[in-house]
This record gives sequence, structure tokens and C-alpha cells, in this order.
Amino acid sequence: MRYVDEFRDPVLAQNLSASIALEAGAGFGYRFMEFCGGHTHALSRYGVLGMLPSNVQMIHGPGCPVCVLPIGRIDFAIRLALEHDVILCSYGDCLRVPASDGLSLLKARAQGADVRMVYSALDACKIAADNPQSQVVFFAIGFETTTPPTASIIKQAHAAGLKNFSVLCNHVLTLPAMEAILNQPGGVPLDGFVGPAHVSTVIGSAPYQLVAQRYRKPVVIAGFEPLDMLQAILMLLRQVNTGRAEVENEFTRAVTPQGNRKAQALVNEVFEVRDAFEWRGLGSLPWSGLKLRAEFAQYDAEARYPEMHFVSVPDHKACECGAILRGEKRPQECKIFGTVCTPDNPIGACMVSSEGACAAHYTYGRYRDVMQEGS
Amino acid sequence: MSKAAYVRPLDMAHGRVDMSHGSGGRAMAQLIAELFAAALGNEYLAQGNDGALLPQINGRLVMSTDAHVVAPLFFPGGDIGCLSVRGTINDIAMMGAQPLYLAASFILEEGYPLADLKRIVDSMAQAARAAGVPIVTGDTKVVEQGKGDGVFITTTGVGVAYDGVTLSGDLAQPGDKILLSGAIGDHGMAILSQREGLAFDAPILSDTAALHGLVAAMIASGAKLRVLRDPTRGGLATTLNEIARQSGVGMMLQENTIPVNPAVAAACEFLGLDALYVANEGKLIAICAAEDAERLLAAMRAHPLGQRAAIIGAVLEDARGFVQMTTRMGGCRMVDWLNGEQLPRIC
Ligand code: SF4
Repeated sequence: MRYVDEFRDPVLAQNLSASIALEAGAGFGYRFMEFCGGHTHALSRYGVLGMLPSNVQMIHGPGCPVCVLPIGRIDFAIRLALEHDVILCSYGDCLRVPASDGLSLLKARAQGADVRMVYSALDACKIAADNPQSQVVFFAIGFETTTPPTASIIKQAHAAGLKNFSVLCNHVLTLPAMEAILNQPGGVPLDGFVGPAHVSTVIGSAPYQLVAQRYRKPVVIAGFEPLDMLQAILMLLRQVNTGRAEVENEFTRAVTPQGNRKAQALVNEVFEVRDAFEWRGLGSLPWSGLKLRAEFAQYDAEARYPEMHFVSVPDHKACECGAILRGEKRPQECKIFGTVCTPDNPIGACMVSSEGACAAHYTYGRYRDVMQEGS
Repeated sequence: MSKAAYVRPLDMAHGRVDMSHGSGGRAMAQLIAELFAAALGNEYLAQGNDGALLPQINGRLVMSTDAHVVAPLFFPGGDIGCLSVRGTINDIAMMGAQPLYLAASFILEEGYPLADLKRIVDSMAQAARAAGVPIVTGDTKVVEQGKGDGVFITTTGVGVAYDGVTLSGDLAQPGDKILLSGAIGDHGMAILSQREGLAFDAPILSDTAALHGLVAAMIASGAKLRVLRDPTRGGLATTLNEIARQSGVGMMLQENTIPVNPAVAAACEFLGLDALYVANEGKLIAICAAEDAERLLAAMRAHPLGQRAAIIGAVLEDARGFVQMTTRMGGCRMVDWLNGEQLPRIC
């Protein structure tokens, strides 16, 4: 525990908070995007947002794997489970995401689908080994952090000759999403990014040079601890104030420039980049998602059930998840935030995952909104 | 058992519960006599009737009932047996009452090993005896295999309220202090670590405990108590939200005053859980008038079950019923109701 406490020291935190206020000065406003949902959650949970001066605004980014998954991909999984009688294995976060026809994976389960919650790809593979008479599909989601474990399981299944296991691959890539945010016509003006923690341990810090050089936006990679985030915000402020746009690494205890070469090689061996992948909020982005290579086609649920197709489905009319994922709106600006859409009855994906901007604001921050209204 | 009675004793080592044990016939009578009565034995149970005739009680009566379903039935630091006894004792104690008697009813699944059932009943007997609260009547039913989860136990308790003490969740007032009797999250993490097959360096034990002795000491301190609650399912956060809503007040907690054992904190960190939402079975929350808080704290700390008691926050005026917390870092956040079930995060 000492390891953790050292990154939550209140005295250091107050000092950093004071340095941030000093660096930010008065007047001029700064807008930084924390790309990753883990940061969104931590900023709220540790109360970091309340330690920033009012002219430093954090904009939540699209780095929440559950949130960016479009409805059509969940429909795909539900149809597999309901119509093809597969055992569908999913991380817990995905189970409650609203899909078409008032369904979710959880509601499909109530209708008789065999949907199981797993903690890892390995669990899904075990379920396949234990149920040789059934087809088992793992609903794989996530950025570069969760991709290597999925790749490793596919290789293991291949080595073991598992015939009843496949993966519905929804793995996506960080940089195309960052670029999409920056290329958005009329998008939010940003002064820099807090770069992802876990993702960067895999891909390294070097790839973000693209953002710094082509788009002239500073990137500071930060760990998930509150002090990490305060430090990263201070580093971003200093870059902006001195006119720099560089990739800096606050999270040196885990992130290197080149990342984890082994994991990268593993992912390369099993996956290739799709021509395009649809994201909630960002639309169809070229070269932004992964699929299984032809050598592993027998483990690819999309190849195994060729009669199934991804069908693009628009979000709920009132839901602002798209604008929120693009950084254009804040959760409290959605008309149904907290009234119709709550964590117990989510209308959009951003209210489901603990990394979603709406869930984080509802759970940790909404007391501030009402106070502002009332005062 | 004398030879002349021609009774074949229960096979406690290898026997299993079967449907006849719930049928009301001889097998059931035998199970009750040899397993339940033998372990729980007291003068009221010995009356052998469908109910227990109890002595006259003077004062306001408090009654509470609680159904217990736990998986696994045995976990580090306890089992469903002692849990079911202490759970109801605590519910009565939280009403500001001295628990007097318990009733227990069992739903057993066909095929459940008698040896395990005996362990559970022995554990209940021990917990009841240690607490000084006898189980005076009971009932047993058996359900077919696959229709139960081994053993379900419902316990009901009767107690008598302390004179002049009225506690209720709607009595918290702005300015009151919030006290917690010890470290949070042990029970839930003990269960979770067992269920998920997680091995930690030091096993986390459930904090299961009967709290009526601690409550007696707190009442004897003379502090003006308004609310007592044991933060079981849903943890500290959920219980405080319940009180805030019932009383129509807000709360402000100080995170750095809330005790959490290092092993629990580390396990929560690992699983992405928040100890504020993890269940406890041997802790209580007290809300009292501000001027009495130190006196109450001293009384709690003087009791073995309250050694790590702390004042963790204060009640505020806030009709929305929001619970807020100053984080250890010095920031501020809300401590909301538990959203659905707390699930380990994915990445
Ligand atoms: S509050 Fe609900 S409906 Fe509104 S944007 Fe967030 S998730 Fe979508």
C-alpha cells in the first residue's frame, strides 16, 4: 500500500494544485482533454477536478472502450447469442449498454440467451474448453491495453486446437481517435492532451509525436494516480505558456518511448488493421480498429458467421453521447442527464461504464451542478 | 441413545439431508433432536412446542428479521451460521435495544452434507451463546436438489429498547457528528476473495461480530445518540445515503479519517473497487449531537469492537440528501448510492 499512498500524498497534492493555479494565472483559459476514460474516472473520484482553478478546464475524451462501441456492435453480439445459440462471454461493463429494440446483453439473457460475464479473455477460453458441445464467443473490446491478452488467448486456442471458440473483435486504436478529435470540423479548441496510462505502456510514448508535430498540441502521458494527473496538468500548462508542443512523459515508472515490443509483436501476429471501424460519436474512422488475420479466421466470429453483418444504428434521439465523446458537450448539458438517464436506467453508453463521462459526473460530481443552479 | 429404543442415530459423518428431513415425520424429529436441539439446547427450545413461551418483558419491544443467503457458506473468518445469528442481533441493537431471543428457520437443499450442516449449526450455537441471546424456536424445510443453495437461514429476533433511547434513521440533524466503529470492507473482501479464488498474501477475514455489547457501552456513555446503523450490504456509502435521504440532510465526510485495513485497500485497488461500498458485518455507524461526539468516541474506543472508532464527518443542511467527501488528496467528490452491482473494472 505504501506504493499507492505515495501517489496520494495530500501535501504534495496541495503544492501541485498551488503551482497549477500560479502557472495558469488569471483570465486566459486552458482546455485540456484527458483522452482516457480511466483518467476521467480518477479525476472525479479523487476530487482532482475541484483542485483546479476555474480557468483550467478538463474535457473528457473518447478513451472509454464501452462508450465508443456503437449500438450496432452490441446488436451483433445479442443476435449471435439469441439466434445462433452461442455462449456469449463479455466483460461486465458491456452487459448493461442499451442496444436496439430495448435490449442489452443482460436483457437478452433474461430472454434466454446464454450470456456470461467474464473478467478476462482467459475465462472465456476456459468456458469453451468446459463446454465442448457449445460455440463460445468472446466479445472483445478495448484499446491497446486489452488487445495483447486477446491475441494471446487466440494463439492459445489455436495451439490447443479449440474448435468451439471465437472472438467478436471490437479492439480499437488510440491515435486514429485522437486525430479524429483534432480533425473534427468546428470541433472543440484544445490546448493539449493528457495521454493514456495503460495504453502507453503498450504502444510507448513515441507514437504521440504525430499529435505534437502535425497538430502542434502538447501531450503529457500520465499515470492514473491523482498526483500523476496534477503533475501532468502542470506540465501541459508549462508547455502552453512557453509555446512548446512536445510529447512529455510523466508516467516514466511504466512508460518507455518504444513501449512493450513483445506485446506489439504478439498483436501484430494475430491482428491486422481494418479499413474502417465505426465509433460512437466519431463515425466511421479509417484504419482505427483491428480484426483477426486470415490465418486465425476460424477464431473470428465475423468470419465464422458470415451471414451476420454489422448494421449501423443511430443513438437514442435525446442522447448526447456522441457530442460528449467528441468533447463538444459536458454530461450535464444533455437534457435527460440525471432525470431520464441514470446509472440505474442508462439511456446511453456513457452512463454505463464507470469510465464514461456521464457516469463519472453523475456519481461523483453532480452535487456541484445543483449548487450552481441554486446559488 | 439406548438400545431398547431402537433408534438408528444420524450419520453425521457421511449422511446427507433428504426430503424426509422436512416432512414432519420421524426423520425430521430426529434431525431436530440430534442436530439442532443438541447444539442449540436451552430451556425454551426444550419446551418442544411449536412456539416458545417466554417470561414477561417490561419495556418497548423491538423485533427484526433477516434472511441470509451467502455464497460461499463458509468463508475466511466465519460462515452463514454465525452470520445469521449476529446479523439479527445487530439489527436489534441498531434500534437501541438489548436483544433477548432469536428464532431461526432453515431451508435446506436435499443432498446437503449433514457434517457441514452440523458445522453451521454449531457455529450458530457458539455465536448465540457468546452473545447471551438464545435461539428459542425454529423450523426446518427441505427443498429438492437444485432448488436451494445448500442452506438458507432466516433469523428473527426480539429485544427490549433501552429506556429513554429512541433511534431512527430520520433523526439526523445538521451539525451532528458521524462516527464509525472501525475499519471497513473486511467482510465483503473476505467473501469476494474466496469467490473469485483470489489469493492475497495475508487472508482477509470477515469482521463478523455481535455489536450489542458495543451499543450498550455507547448508550451507557450518556451521549445523545440519534441514529445507529450497521453498514452491511452496499457498505458505508449506501448506509449513509439511506440515512441522509431518510433525514433529509446532507453529509460531509473526511476520507482520511475512515479506517481501511491495508490488505483490504490493496485488494480493492487491485479489483478496481471502492471500500466505501464493500459490505461489513461487524461495524456500526453512529450519528450523535456534536457536543457529545468526543464522549461517545471515547466510549467506543474503550470497547474491544470499537478500538479503531473515528469521527468521520458531519451532517449538513442539504435537502437533496447528497453525501460529499473531502478526499485524502484535499479534493471533493460525491459519495453516491451504489450503482447496480459493484463490478471489477476491465482495464
Ligand atoms: S446522460 Fe445519458 S443520454 Fe445523456 S449523453 Fe449521457 S449517456 Fe447519453
